[in-house]
Amino acid sequence: MRLKKSVVLLLSSVLSIGMLAACSSKSKGNESASGSNVIKIATQTPLSGGSAIIGESIRLGAQMKLEEQAEKFKELGYTLQLESYDDQSDPKKGVSNANIIGADKSIYAVVGHYNSGVAIPSSEVYEKYNVAMVSPGTTAVTVTDRKLKTVNRIVGRDDAQGPAGAKYAIETLGAKKIFIIQDKTAYGSGIADAFKAAAEEAGAEIVGYEGITVGEKDFNGVINQVLTKKPDLIYFGGIYSEAGIIIKQARDKGIDVPIMGGDGMDASGLVDIAGDAVKNTYITSVAGDSTATESGRKFVADYKAKFNKDAEAFSVYGYDTMGVILHAIENAINDNNGKIPSKEKVAEAVRSVKEYEGALTNVTFDEIGDNTNAKIYLYKFSEASYPGVLEGEVGK
Amino acid sequence: MLLEMLQSLPQVLIDGLALGAVYAVVALGYTMVYGILQLINFAHGEIFMTGAFIGTAFFILLMGMGWVSSVPQIVVLIVVLVVTACLTGLLGMGIERVAYRPLRNAPRLIPLITAIGISFILQDVIRFIAELSSGNYIVTGPSLFTNQLTINFSSISSIFNDASFKTSFLIVLVTAVILMISLDYFINRTKWGTAMRAVALDRETASLMSINVNKTISITFFIGSALGGATGVLFAVQYGTIDPFIGFILGMKAFIAAVLGGIGNIRGAMLGGILLGLLEMFASANLSLLTGGVFGAEYKDVFAFSILILVLIFKPEGLLGKPTAEKV
Amino acid sequence: MKESLAKFLQYKWSQVILFTVFVAVSSAALFFSQKSVTAFLLLLSSLLVLHYMKLKNVTKWIIALGLLFILIPLASSGGPAFQSYMDVATMVGIYVSMALGLNIVVGMAGLLDLGFVAFFAVGAYSYSIFATPQAANFMPFGTYPLGGESFWIFLIIGGVVAAIAGVLIGIPVLRVKGDYLAIVTLGFGEIIRILFNNADKPVNITGGAMGIASVTPPEIFGIPLIFPNQFYFVTLVILIFTIFTVLRLERSKLGRSWKAVRENEIAAQAMGIPLVKTKLLAFALGASFSGMMGVVFAAKQAFIDPTSFTLLESFTILVMVVLGGMGSVPGVILGAAVITILNLQVLTELATWVNQLSFSGIISIPEALSPAKMQKFIFGALLVAFALYRPKGLIPAKNKIFDEKRLKETQAHSDMNATDQKKMQS
Repeated sequence: MRLKKSVVLLLSSVLSIGMLAACSSKSKGNESASGSNVIKIATQTPLSGGSAIIGESIRLGAQMKLEEQAEKFKELGYTLQLESYDDQSDPKKGVSNANIIGADKSIYAVVGHYNSGVAIPSSEVYEKYNVAMVSPGTTAVTVTDRKLKTVNRIVGRDDAQGPAGAKYAIETLGAKKIFIIQDKTAYGSGIADAFKAAAEEAGAEIVGYEGITVGEKDFNGVINQVLTKKPDLIYFGGIYSEAGIIIKQARDKGIDVPIMGGDGMDASGLVDIAGDAVKNTYITSVAGDSTATESGRKFVADYKAKFNKDAEAFSVYGYDTMGVILHAIENAINDNNGKIPSKEKVAEAVRSVKEYEGALTNVTFDEIGDNTNAKIYLYKFSEASYPGVLEGEVGK
Repeated sequence: MLLEMLQSLPQVLIDGLALGAVYAVVALGYTMVYGILQLINFAHGEIFMTGAFIGTAFFILLMGMGWVSSVPQIVVLIVVLVVTACLTGLLGMGIERVAYRPLRNAPRLIPLITAIGISFILQDVIRFIAELSSGNYIVTGPSLFTNQLTINFSSISSIFNDASFKTSFLIVLVTAVILMISLDYFINRTKWGTAMRAVALDRETASLMSINVNKTISITFFIGSALGGATGVLFAVQYGTIDPFIGFILGMKAFIAAVLGGIGNIRGAMLGGILLGLLEMFASANLSLLTGGVFGAEYKDVFAFSILILVLIFKPEGLLGKPTAEKV
Repeated sequence: MKESLAKFLQYKWSQVILFTVFVAVSSAALFFSQKSVTAFLLLLSSLLVLHYMKLKNVTKWIIALGLLFILIPLASSGGPAFQSYMDVATMVGIYVSMALGLNIVVGMAGLLDLGFVAFFAVGAYSYSIFATPQAANFMPFGTYPLGGESFWIFLIIGGVVAAIAGVLIGIPVLRVKGDYLAIVTLGFGEIIRILFNNADKPVNITGGAMGIASVTPPEIFGIPLIFPNQFYFVTLVILIFTIFTVLRLERSKLGRSWKAVRENEIAAQAMGIPLVKTKLLAFALGASFSGMMGVVFAAKQAFIDPTSFTLLESFTILVMVVLGGMGSVPGVILGAAVITILNLQVLTELATWVNQLSFSGIISIPEALSPAKMQKFIFGALLVAFALYRPKGLIPAKNKIFDEKRLKETQAHSDMNATDQKKMQS
């Protein structure tokens, strides 16, 4: 008898879990039942975990563009829908979601991912289903170097960002001895290696190349190495949470040479953590200053009005990514006499986007899906406020 | 190579001491609980983390009030330390009551599993409290004690570089030493301390000697956790930025320190903590020098874990512990 | 009324009829609905119901195999979510196998291993390194990448390499006991991950933090396996092999030695059980299942990097074992399935649902409380609740009860049936 009770218990718990899940699937089921005139675009960004703020801002930017374009597509006879997925910066989650996205017949394209480590395995799945992926933020070279036909990105690559930083460091800041620190993640190593190669080529001496552990708070050991090597520039490959602490601890030790880093440091958190120590810090970023152009300023104002939040650096990239996708889909529909094209056709249309003018970016994809018009921006922090001051931009 | 190592030595020693002091006080909590219950309190690292968050919250709150700025910072620090220590002490007692006491006679594996569970729960609860109130779980407190001091080691010998540190380093060190000395006194000289040692030695006999075992264990948890929480505050003062995941790895390191010194041995934990802090700092500053760049500072944790494994294999009783025979 | 219902349910044929109806309804629901997680879960849970039915073991196995190989893939192929179901089912298979491996170490031999994912990583890397040009960096001979057919050999190689790693870690670790063992294995798990993360210099072996991309998909009879439904069958075959092996091991002399060591090391030693050998075998065998699944995982993901093998992953596997019931094979299978589905399907669906609700402005749930972020909290709560109130897990382990008299009277063959019946009555 005892067994019976536990069977009932188990079954009911399984059922209740199922019910909970069913609630969500039901709401989707109704939508997809409304016929083949629905075009769904998925976003897949980290909505939880360390990069949640950025992931969320990309999603909101994409949502904004989608809602703006909804009217236009209604006239064409299609309903636009957004489905947002959370990849949690976890490759397994990304692949699992990608399978759901790929299998959904009405999802034609994906806005995402933010992390290169998630984008790489997930895009292998998108490729199988011919779902076009346009990334607003992955910079690792491997993402597009695999020459998949569905993978595109509108931002610059690590091997553009590293050299841009190195060029500025050596030519403008006059650095000759450079100490490189990286956080031993795919992103940090990638960008630090690209910087290292470019700096060595430009004739600078690399006096140290060290790795740190993500999540730690005490980097004094590595900073002591910096002290003994006396470089005239420190380059950090990694993200803002470690960068902020390194900047602070280095300045505490009296190291006042410029510190430079990549777009991972482009977050308000950097200034929050480092405080006044952030002075004399330079970052290269694939994300431009949204307020630099007229359309960008309009976007920032609209974003604020709509979501009651300030736009983050990547919000506008979410917005433009969605813009590129919708532009391509519109082209594909027109080419197909107003009928909805196949996923392959949409992917081809995305790849063949030329000179798309977004709120901030201008997008032309080359044969492997990199944006030939992507720019690298250079910011300088001379006071404890975010964002820094735009110092220059480098085209590819 | 040797010259470079010597140059940075003074600074490495100072940074290592700061880190070691934190390890040492956290290690005390592990060692006390292990001594009395033979249980690795996995949640201890999270108590340390909770202390850091409570402390930072108080600092932000107090600094927000105008009149506090006229009070000396050291007074604010002492108030925050005491309040945080009491709160985390109570938290530790609560954890013992809920998660460990019902399992005192269960197989050894089971309380270890609840400990891991508790530590996950604490991490996540703190995360969403932090995220709810500030939008991001990485929290930066107000900077305190930021005066720079420099010791001219170069005047002693030209081999050394000068070393510099913030006032907060002194605060951390002094507070940690005070905490350790008073704990040592408490354990060895007071009635409750004697009771704790008695319970650690033999629970049943102690209860026959009219010692209230449950109460003694509660007090052990209170003191251990209060120390952990207080160290959390010190950590927040020293490093400024905290997140809910600092406790786990730091807890592991502190445990390694406790094992290094001889688990169950209070003075051993202090020694082990300081030693581990120094070794780790030395490793991250000099590993790439020593190995010609093949192994860098990223192998620092491998280094720490290897120490643990070596100690456990070759001298399982630790540096200051006494070997024990297994009871059947 | 209640009693008569209970009596009705006790009757074998009524159970069979109800079960058939249950399976038929849930698979029909799954086949005809566009996307119904509930139906999929119900169909999977029919395996659990099957476990409790009053049937002969052989019959149960035949039905289970039929469900797994034919009905589940067939029923879920109706909707557009086919591949995602298959992906989830593959992940469930991978985790079940790993949990069974850990169950040998923790559940049967009583050695708490907190770095178990290291063996998974060893398996995954051993295939990925040789199935990509990566191996050319340090191998003086041979051409790389190896073809997709090598996958099948690597299944064995992965298992063997992981077993060797298990023994190597085991030798120094086994000098320490109990709680220390937990910490040391945790340390070893971290060391292995850090090594993989940093082994890109001086010689690039593992690709370091960048990981290894574009792993060659396995091939069978010239057909490359790339879709989740293909991996589903691969995983299933390996899983069933694992389950059979584990069940056989549990009832073998070795299995009984493990349990003896778990209950009392010193007594076990006194009874003539070689401690070191027994423990090392537990480590090696547990690790080998994990390593095999690592190979499958690498082939399925086509990309691996060290972030897939973190400490949290080790704890996740531990949660599966504790939840299901330490030492209990059916329990661990259930535990692993529940946790994996919770992680990959339910939490994601819930989070999407909550997101949609707050999008449409019905309720506003702060981002901090999003279910997708609650993973750690849920794990923690499960660990504590189960350790406190149900330390034996969902399906507690059962020791076979031997009746001395009957043992003497009957032969081993008929004895088997008798105890099986007894098991069902209890």
